[in-house]
Amino acid sequence: MTSIPTFPARPAGTNQPAPPPLLLHALRESALAALVMLGLSIPILLFRTDQSAGQQLMLTPRIGLVATMCAIIFAVRFVVCLYVARRQSQRAARQAAGVSAPQSKLAHYVVSVGVPLFLGIAVTYPLISSMLAGGLNGARYWIDLGILILTYVMLGWGLNIVVGLAGLLDLGYVAFYAVGAYTYALLSTTYGLSFWICLPLAGVLAAFWGILLGFPVLRLRGDYLAIVTLAFGEIIRLVLINWVELTNGGAGISSIPRATFFGVPFERGENGFAAMFGLQFSAMHRIVFLYYLILVLALITNAVTMRLRRLPVGRAWEALREDEIACRSLGINTRNTKLTAFSIGAGFGGLAGAFFAVRQGFVSPESFNFLESAIILSVVVLGGMGSQFGVAIAAVVMVGGPEMLRHLAFTKAIFGPEFDPNEYRLLIFGLAMVVMMVWRPRGLISHRNPSIALKERKAISGSLVKEGHG
Amino acid sequence: MRWEKDPILHVEHLKMRFGGLVAVNDLSFKVGRGDITALIGPNGAGKTTVFNCITGFYKPSEGMLTLRHKAGDRAGSDDGSFLLERLPGHRISQDARVARTFQNIRLFSGMTVLENLLVAQHNTLMQASGFTIAGLFGLPSFRAAEREAVDKARHWLEKINLIERADDPAGDLPYGDQRRLEIARAMCTDPVLLCLDEPAAGLNPRESQELNNLLLSVRNDHNTAVLLIEHDMSVVMQISDHVIVLDYGTKIADGTPEEIRNDQRVIAAYLGVDDDEVEEVEAEVRA
Repeated sequence: MTSIPTFPARPAGTNQPAPPPLLLHALRESALAALVMLGLSIPILLFRTDQSAGQQLMLTPRIGLVATMCAIIFAVRFVVCLYVARRQSQRAARQAAGVSAPQSKLAHYVVSVGVPLFLGIAVTYPLISSMLAGGLNGARYWIDLGILILTYVMLGWGLNIVVGLAGLLDLGYVAFYAVGAYTYALLSTTYGLSFWICLPLAGVLAAFWGILLGFPVLRLRGDYLAIVTLAFGEIIRLVLINWVELTNGGAGISSIPRATFFGVPFERGENGFAAMFGLQFSAMHRIVFLYYLILVLALITNAVTMRLRRLPVGRAWEALREDEIACRSLGINTRNTKLTAFSIGAGFGGLAGAFFAVRQGFVSPESFNFLESAIILSVVVLGGMGSQFGVAIAAVVMVGGPEMLRHLAFTKAIFGPEFDPNEYRLLIFGLAMVVMMVWRPRGLISHRNPSIALKERKAISGSLVKEGHG
Repeated sequence: MRWEKDPILHVEHLKMRFGGLVAVNDLSFKVGRGDITALIGPNGAGKTTVFNCITGFYKPSEGMLTLRHKAGDRAGSDDGSFLLERLPGHRISQDARVARTFQNIRLFSGMTVLENLLVAQHNTLMQASGFTIAGLFGLPSFRAAEREAVDKARHWLEKINLIERADDPAGDLPYGDQRRLEIARAMCTDPVLLCLDEPAAGLNPRESQELNNLLLSVRNDHNTAVLLIEHDMSVVMQISDHVIVLDYGTKIADGTPEEIRNDQRVIAAYLGVDDDEVEEVEAEVRA
């Protein structure tokens, strides 16, 4: 994007039309953008290759399409130019009037209203969705989606400890998710251990793997750490594929025991959950139970993280993110501090993994590829590193958003019956990421809440908070 | 000379090599207990390298750095002495109790002023929180320890006149306040030796006067020896008890401020000499 000249602030209160140079500038910028679009569309859009009757390739020119695209780009750029210029002059006027931006007030408001609202919706979600879908069975899809979203919320919160608080860029987080899932899968199928014993074991084992992997790599910083964690994520996946005797390789482990209501199975019959509570049997009971299970697990993750932030260890994580050298000069053992962050984050990943295994009843290495790590990381980055609420919103947007594409029936009316918005998932995803990074480079909720206050807790602007370098 | 009788830090034959470059060559000096010692010298003389060796950021190529706590003070090794060149980085602050500040301020800018001072008390609080377990459940012993830590932070904030800004992010403070906060943060680790790298750089005369008073109070009220690198001679000459002058990695003078002020070699190193005096001074330097 070329730089936009700043215009002298108009005196506040007057409403005269924008000065002509602004329009001229916007027109010039838009023409330039349209020209670039034209250049790009000539090789990509202008010709379509069709097969003629004689098995020959024919080029069909699509000048109309190119013209439409250029016109769209022109219009969009024009509007953006005008909007940016207006915002700039407004900001200048505000600065001249000595009023600071109402950013942090607004953010505070969003959080104080948003959190209870979000929590309320999360708790009553199965009820709401079954009412809207007309019955519990009709709501299966929606509750499944809720479970998926909450799994990512939990993973995001777990990774937030490592990336958001301690500032360690971990691209292989999915490895710990896999360790948790396989812990439950293997222990339950081989030794018949129940889910409630395996769940803490999965967390502990994943945390242990976090220490094991973290020990050699945490002396690296920044890009190097990111690459090594990425490699470790892949190593775990490849071990799962190739150690066939233990993990059954790429075929995965199936028929993993289902979750029970603290020992009471969800099944038809005398000893089932429904009979015990005098309910009509429904397969949905298990789904709803799973929903509340992941909700509780996610909330535990959140509660522990919030608590840890106020303890010396959490403060040391954040200090480490701000300045590692200063930490060392204050006598903080940086290696151990990083290891605690890494292993606690990994532990929560392991818990989520065990949940994943019990929900699916089937695990295979395919579920733990790099794309998963990338999605979890983008949930954290998009939400605002270190912000618990931001991560939750980002998980809803990132996981729920693409699902919504399935339901956009009206797009078929516009683009024709063959149009499937779901095919444009990754395109929209990428576009949304770019827009977000331009609009809010520090994530949805970028301000930081101090862990302790003498008199009054004031939010700290995201521009002061560092991202960490290792 | 106090530093000869009861040195808190004894640097012997310190040598620091970076590849072919010898930044510090065979440097020996003593820092007296309860003294303010200034390390001065032209740019590139190796002052910050000496600091980094003392505070464990560099491992010296040769030499010995001994820090002695007072007999009966906090238990160290048997005689209360620590060999700094052998301690891992964070232990120098944790066990030997040497704190430092940095030439380019290194505060935790996204954390509040109060949080900065609490991070400095990490090791005490960590122990009180039972390595997080007791803290997780909010046991009373941890709460008491945290209250104590906040009180200590409050004490220092009052001392440096920043109590009103305790809940503001450290990165929002003006430059002079950041300098003082960094010193307060270092003091919150309860050091026996405080190393300051150019604390007066960028301060206006009023602020550097405040700094002088703060450093004198650190020495007098907190029994902490101060070792500082400084270019501002008004600070050096007014408050220091002992001045060491470095040039090209070697010590060229060592003594009280009065002695240093009149030392020919120091004047030559700082100001250069007239052409006709070169031989004379060189002869003297060699002597």
